Amino acid sequence: MRVEQIAVFLENKSGRLAEITRILAENDINIRALSVADTADFGILRLIVDKVDLAKEALRAGGFTVGKTDVVAVEVPDRSGGLASVLAVVNEIGLNVEYMYAFVNKSGADAVLIFRFDDMDKAIEVLQQKGFTLLSGTQICSL
Amino acid sequence: MMWVEEIETLPRVGLESIQLKRLQALVHRIYEKVLPYRAKMDEAGIKPGDIQSLADLRKLPFTTKDDLRDNYPFGLFATPMEDVIRVHASSGTTGKSTVVGYTAADIELWASIMSRCLTMAGVTRGDMVHNAYGYGLFTGGLGAHYGIEALGATVIPVSGGNSKRQITIMRDFGSTVLLSTPSYALNLADAMADSGVSPEDLKLRVGIHGAEPWSENMREEVERKLGIKAVDIYGLSEIIGPGVAMECLHSQRGMHILEDNFLPEIVDPETLEPLPYGEAGELVFTTLTKEAFPLIRYRTKDISRLFLEPCDCGRTLIRMEKVTGRTDDMLIIRGVNVFPSQVEHVLVGVEGVEPHYQIEVTREGNLDVMSVLVEVSEHIFSDEIKVLEKLTKKIQVEIKDMLGVTCKVKLVEPRSIQRSEGKAQRVIDRRKL
Repeated sequence: MRVEQIAVFLENKSGRLAEITRILAENDINIRALSVADTADFGILRLIVDKVDLAKEALRAGGFTVGKTDVVAVEVPDRSGGLASVLAVVNEIGLNVEYMYAFVNKSGADAVLIFRFDDMDKAIEVLQQKGFTLLSGTQICSL
Repeated sequence: MMWVEEIETLPRVGLESIQLKRLQALVHRIYEKVLPYRAKMDEAGIKPGDIQSLADLRKLPFTTKDDLRDNYPFGLFATPMEDVIRVHASSGTTGKSTVVGYTAADIELWASIMSRCLTMAGVTRGDMVHNAYGYGLFTGGLGAHYGIEALGATVIPVSGGNSKRQITIMRDFGSTVLLSTPSYALNLADAMADSGVSPEDLKLRVGIHGAEPWSENMREEVERKLGIKAVDIYGLSEIIGPGVAMECLHSQRGMHILEDNFLPEIVDPETLEPLPYGEAGELVFTTLTKEAFPLIRYRTKDISRLFLEPCDCGRTLIRMEKVTGRTDDMLIIRGVNVFPSQVEHVLVGVEGVEPHYQIEVTREGNLDVMSVLVEVSEHIFSDEIKVLEKLTKKIQVEIKDMLGVTCKVKLVEPRSIQRSEGKAQRVIDRRKL
């Protein structure tokens, strides 16, 4: 169970993020979750959107470098210890988290954790075995 | 003492007759000993006996950096290797470096030339000369060193680096003359200010600076910050090293070329036709007196002008203007020669990197900083920071390995490097020289 994520290269200069969101809005694309990783010189914007391919094409046409990566979305109850329960498992089997971000869904009862692991297959297998709820892209967009 | 040798004040006629005799002997010798050059002369249909006047110089074929590379390392030497007692090599050029050789007589000649240059700057036996040019394959350090000794002044062979220690030595030893690149002189000045040493604490009187381009503004800054008179020196390893031309304390217009040894011409870089005095073009030298590695009509790719008007110092030697540019796209970064094509070569070698790049040169403090901007294509893009950082590190290391210059690598968005008429502008030099 994987979710497609879009990553966009951002030069560290003003107006770039605004330009990306403008392009997405023009194409009626809804952002479900996002994170920005940055260094002194550049950044990487990671997005989960409802129309992945359209978003990719539109941003590419707008002159951006765009990549598509798979991530895992884990749904946990929105209470203390939610994230810790996932990371305990991850730690136990020796997986590395390359990056992660999170959002709370509309109902407010659950949180969705987005992970990129060094070994995605193993992560998915183990998390499912341990009974965690993994969401698909479609599920995330219908939350 | 104003000059070492009478030759510096000879009437032009006398000097030119010496030049002609030396040129004729040189052409005969090269034709006999240097096969690649003999082949060029044969191809051009020129025999050594055809050189009857200095004006006949223009009949001779040029020598270029490519000739030096094609005959790497010793193919253009005119003496057997057993007579060569030293070699030097140029810094950071594409692929092969340029190797030059010296016989015992060449080393002695070079020392006498450098001592004449030092004399032009008013250096005498009693001076304590702080030689901060790099010692090694680079001709700067050792070339100056032997000249200082030949003059009879005291040389401090301090070489480059460790500014704090240099300042201590200058103060404790009472250095009166500083030899360094102009940017290193400014670096020393800043390091002095940082450690609370003022020019009055030192005995420095004169600075002799070269090996990289510098402006009148920089000269003014060096003079003000170090409390010295700063003069310009010109040289290139192919011709001999430092000492090809030197500014005297009187000159308001360029450096005296040591013409009894180095015959200068200015040619149009496009047509290769010689240009009259006063016109800007490519500087070309013929070495009249060197044994191991003589060169005929060597194209320096440096842009300059020649002035024949006599100088207030009394020398009749022709003067060359401070080099104002290059005929190729070579950059000099912290004394190292850099060609954009070398950077491109590195980038193409790094997998997936499209050669959409730009080199930006700035001066931070007194040091040249080279940044290489690389457009991020989908091939090299990753959603992980560490992958992109690894890539920039790799480019940086490979450029350092190839050019010997540390640079910054900046990833930029596609199409953010300006293209004019479809062709990208490869170099932006923001240094205010």
